[in-house]
Amino acid sequence: MANKRVDEPTGTETVGHEWDGIEELDTPLPRWWLWTFYLTIVFAIGYVIAYPAWPMIDRATAGVLGWSSRGDLAEDMSAAEMARSDVREQLARIPIERLPEDSALMQQAVAGGAAAFRVNCVQCHGSGAAGSQELGYPNLNDDDWLWGGDLKAIEYTLVHGIRQAGDDETRTSVMPPFEGAFDSAQLDALTDHVLALSGKAEPNAAGAQIYADNCAACHGVRGEGDRAQGAPRLNDAIWLRGSSREAIKRQVLQPRMGMMPKWEGRLDPVTIKMLAAYVHSLGGGEDFLEVAENPEVEVDEQP
Amino acid sequence: MSNPDTPKDGGGRDWSVVVEDGIAKSNKPVSSAVAEPEAATRRHEPHEPPREHLPARLYEPRKAVHNKRIDGPFRRFKWLVMLVTLGIYYVTPWLRWDRGPYAPDQAVLVDLTNRRFYMFSIEIWPHEFYFVAGLLIMAGIGLFLVTSAVGRAWCGYACPQTVWTDLFQHVDRFVDGDRNARMRLDAAPWTWGKVARRGFKWTIYAAIGLVTGGAWILYFADAPTLFRDFFAGEAAPVAYITVAILTLTTVTLGGFMREQVCIYMCPWPRIQTALMDEKSLLVTYKDWRGEPRGSVKKAQKNPGQFGDCIDCMQCVQVCPTGIDIREGPQIGCITCALCIDACDRVMQDIGRPRGLIDYATLEDCEREAAGGEVKPPWRTLLRPRTIAYFMIWAGIGGALLFALGNRTHTDLTVAPDRNPPFMLMSDGSVRNSYTLKLRNMESRPREMEIAVEGLPDAIMWTDTIGLDEAAATQRVTVPADQVRQVRAYVAVPAGAASQEFSFRLTSLDTQRETDTVATRFDAPENQ
Repeated sequence: MANKRVDEPTGTETVGHEWDGIEELDTPLPRWWLWTFYLTIVFAIGYVIAYPAWPMIDRATAGVLGWSSRGDLAEDMSAAEMARSDVREQLARIPIERLPEDSALMQQAVAGGAAAFRVNCVQCHGSGAAGSQELGYPNLNDDDWLWGGDLKAIEYTLVHGIRQAGDDETRTSVMPPFEGAFDSAQLDALTDHVLALSGKAEPNAAGAQIYADNCAACHGVRGEGDRAQGAPRLNDAIWLRGSSREAIKRQVLQPRMGMMPKWEGRLDPVTIKMLAAYVHSLGGGEDFLEVAENPEVEVDEQP
Repeated sequence: MSNPDTPKDGGGRDWSVVVEDGIAKSNKPVSSAVAEPEAATRRHEPHEPPREHLPARLYEPRKAVHNKRIDGPFRRFKWLVMLVTLGIYYVTPWLRWDRGPYAPDQAVLVDLTNRRFYMFSIEIWPHEFYFVAGLLIMAGIGLFLVTSAVGRAWCGYACPQTVWTDLFQHVDRFVDGDRNARMRLDAAPWTWGKVARRGFKWTIYAAIGLVTGGAWILYFADAPTLFRDFFAGEAAPVAYITVAILTLTTVTLGGFMREQVCIYMCPWPRIQTALMDEKSLLVTYKDWRGEPRGSVKKAQKNPGQFGDCIDCMQCVQVCPTGIDIREGPQIGCITCALCIDACDRVMQDIGRPRGLIDYATLEDCEREAAGGEVKPPWRTLLRPRTIAYFMIWAGIGGALLFALGNRTHTDLTVAPDRNPPFMLMSDGSVRNSYTLKLRNMESRPREMEIAVEGLPDAIMWTDTIGLDEAAATQRVTVPADQVRQVRAYVAVPAGAASQEFSFRLTSLDTQRETDTVATRFDAPENQ
């Protein structure tokens, strides 16, 4: 400490320590640096007063400006909400049958529906809306609809769900189990006949008879299905539960029937409308049979 | 352990003298030019630089440069370059160029909002940025070419720093008078007269800065509109901020820092020193001819003892960076050749041949000093190195022009859906979905045809064309100067296998530009 001396060539005082002949000059900090440092201290005092700073037991000090990142987020969210409110209002006003006529609004609805789909529907139907044959979640991209594929029918399914207990208007159908009703030859014949409806097997008279007696009431004579009852089409290429003989036999003996939650009350009507528009837009949506010229007249839905 | 508190020998040493090999090294700057013909090459020989001890301060304060007015061929050339470069800079944004109703009519426009770059008949989209990259490479190699051929000609004439510094020095001269008057005023105490003069001068500086910054922003928006909005206070904040920054930098760099930018800030002079060789043209003081210096009278008294240089200091006084060219090539010399003008004039007055200071190559200097012939300037320019640079430069330029002439204004990109990859329809047919991007680079809407090729019996419909109108080709209109996104659905009858096929986009106008993109059609394997 006491060995401070002035270094001759530079004229600067040393710090007073010496290590094996090496000394250090006690060069003062640059003035600008020092003043910047003091400025940061002054700034910090102001900051602590204005903004949340000191951690307390359950929350930090609030600061006189009352700012918080959570409040910031809420503000941003409400601003985004405000920006969307116009579109949502228009969507709330327009009957869904009239939506396709307004292509700009339809586009907005599809975009909004896509976002809502990612949150609420992908868990079962998949992010590409392709469903799953093993698990029995319908594919929403194709043109096969159990309950109707126009905008209004899709919206109805979304609102009331499928086989939802506690909703009187829910879509519901029951396929009776035929366990024990047929012997194995009869079952083979029936399976053949069902496959023959879409040309996948040779028709046989025995199977046709069993089908006519047991199945045609709901599924139709030619397997065309019945949307009113929720009976699937059997004469097309799409099989929700699989098209192998085993899969068909299993579905005849111990039918599995899926369910879909009702979204009424869980999502607001506008979101449901947007979801319907999105599902309809996936490529298999059906047109209304007829939409009256007069906006007041009810549209004629596909069954 | 040695304790510096008790200094042994050396404690009483005189630090102002460095003694090495018994010779006291001087602390004076060493001129690289000596009155010997070999000096030019010898200064490049490896040797230990002379010792200099630490100056009291590491910071060297600027010595104001008050360059004297001069006239001569190089000064006139500098005027011309200044006129042309400033003219290009200030006038270009106001040039108009008709591109029809769908595109701006400004000849040169960098439209950042819409991501377009317009330059007369050329329109560059962001995906064609390689044209800009190519131009920058050409600018770089162009600098190589110029430097290896004529040294720092860019620094001396065309560099914005040089042009604006020159402009500000003319303002100095206009307001305060020539060199001597300016030096007197600098030294004079701050009277009201000096304050008024300085205020007037700095106002002109600020005006020049404002016009410079103001012209810059006009390249990024419609010039007349922005000009009006700017003064009406309705322009975007970024316009005002840009103008403020550029005004400040122009006044600071051109008005006050001047040659310090070239000497301390700019990397280019340092790179240039590596690019020059003994065949590059440099502004050179021919020391074998000029040394030893002596006045006209002395030379008359002692004929044969003195060189041509009469030490009149004109070359130093006219120098815009304030250097003495007689010390040899140096980083401060921007080769503006004003000293050549000054020296030639003096030589003419005293009846000696011109060219004591002249553009010359190091090689020629040696030859001339030894009494040999000097190559004509065009021979010094034409040598393998400059020719090679020129060929590379011209090659890139030619390739860019070729690419520009051959580029198509129609483009298609295809992104097949991957989730789900295919869709089985109820009639057994298979549908794939694609996102197509149709690019129309013409500034008019164009009818285009999308065709599915190489996929038998395929039909296609889109998000706007319904399934009932499905066909193998579809027509869509792509808006002017835009990319239109089309969602295309392609379906083939039951039984088709996964296969490659392609989309072809054709513009249905006289150009009939086409673009074909190969993609894949996926189908279930176990049908």
